[in-house]
Amino acid sequence: MKKMTYEQALKRLEEIVQILEQGSKPLEETMKLYEEATALAAFCGECLDKAEQKITALAGLKPGADEDDDV
Amino acid sequence: MAPLQVLTVSQLTFYIKSLLEADANLGAVIVSGEISNYKNHYSGHRYFTLKDENATLKCVMFRTSAQKLRFEPDNGMKVLVRGRISVYPADGSYQLYAEDIQPEGLGALHLAFEQMKAKLEKEGLFSPAVKKTIPKYPGNVGLITAEGSAAYRDVVSVLARRFPYAQVIFAPVQVQGAAAAASIAAALQRFDELGCADVIIVCRGGGSLEDLWAFNEEIVARAVYACRTPVISGVGHETDFTICDFVADIRAPTPSAAAELAVPSAADEKIRNAMLAVRCSTAVWNFIAAQREKVSALAQSPGLAGPASLIDTYRQRIDLNMLDIDRAVRMRLKGERAGLDILAGKLQTMSPLRVLLRGYSIVQNESGGIITDASQTQQGGKIQVLLAKGGLRCTVDEIDGEG
Repeated sequence: MKKMTYEQALKRLEEIVQILEQGSKPLEETMKLYEEATALAAFCGECLDKAEQKITALAGLKPGADEDDDV
Repeated sequence: MAPLQVLTVSQLTFYIKSLLEADANLGAVIVSGEISNYKNHYSGHRYFTLKDENATLKCVMFRTSAQKLRFEPDNGMKVLVRGRISVYPADGSYQLYAEDIQPEGLGALHLAFEQMKAKLEKEGLFSPAVKKTIPKYPGNVGLITAEGSAAYRDVVSVLARRFPYAQVIFAPVQVQGAAAAASIAAALQRFDELGCADVIIVCRGGGSLEDLWAFNEEIVARAVYACRTPVISGVGHETDFTICDFVADIRAPTPSAAAELAVPSAADEKIRNAMLAVRCSTAVWNFIAAQREKVSALAQSPGLAGPASLIDTYRQRIDLNMLDIDRAVRMRLKGERAGLDILAGKLQTMSPLRVLLRGYSIVQNESGGIITDASQTQQGGKIQVLLAKGGLRCTVDEIDGEG
């Protein structure tokens, strides 16, 4: 689950909810899915609560592209 | 009086030319007329005739002047032409050497805008069919605007407030002036080459048509069109439309609005996630209940009465598993209580219970259908009355005629 994007985590979480709601998986798998869902929900929450905006410059821009700014 | 002198054609022609060129009035003229016989020569020079009801005037505009034209002149167009009068000896004709052409009525920029819009529209650059979908949860947002500008600050702060998860990759460009269009186009290409952004915002604060001109230039339009990464354009104010807006996958009225369109709101996402988590827990609760029922049904079946110890072992194992899940679900639900309270609060504002608390009741028939009309029941019929607290089972004594 490392390096997952928010979108991937959310998509997987939605999948699991659907599977669980069908209730057709055996006990052990249901447990595993539930654990995974809990972890995914926590990850999503972290993405939203703890993320800090980072700003990077687009590297390799031609020199001189940033002169003569607007007012 | 001197005897008549024999002149060559060239001598005479150059004499006339020198006369015309010496005339201060003809050295700088502005002539109004209608264009005809317009030719855009491959050399870049433009040849045309200006005319009115009674006269025509041959005109030429050399490439260096023609390159500065914002719009493309055409036959029938009413224009003002600035230039000087001189003679073209090879043709033996005088003509207007044009330095600038302005359309009458609309300004040159407006006309250029309309011409570019019509041209690109015809080529299909604005077609809804070629618009790309903006990703819902971009991890990386490309930002093309001027460094230190209000547009930059607006976009960055809206992104930080709404969805700080999205990282900003910033390409500072000129948004105004002769080199602006090329610098915007280059940034778009660079983003696309690197593939480092999930969506790109191209924006600039408000200004005059002249100020916003870079966003109407063909090179920008082509770059936006060629960009495989979805592009959101937010140039100027609500009322400003640019060619870039038309080609972009989404047009936002302002830079801030562009940022709002680029990312979801974290607050909405939290509610959505809490609901998903609740659905998970509920599903597992239901699963446990169903399994319990199955197990006890099996245990009670007479066929299995014999090897009771074996079944007990299995039951115990299942029960242990159930306990684990039970605990996990309980923990989870506890954690979600805060989120749920918010949701519950929202639900409650819509709840009929609030109406009941004010003294109203709901009357239902035996199958639970709501009765709103006396004719839906009959004398001696059974009804239920739902109160804010508890309910009543009643029999209808009499029906009022007012049905």
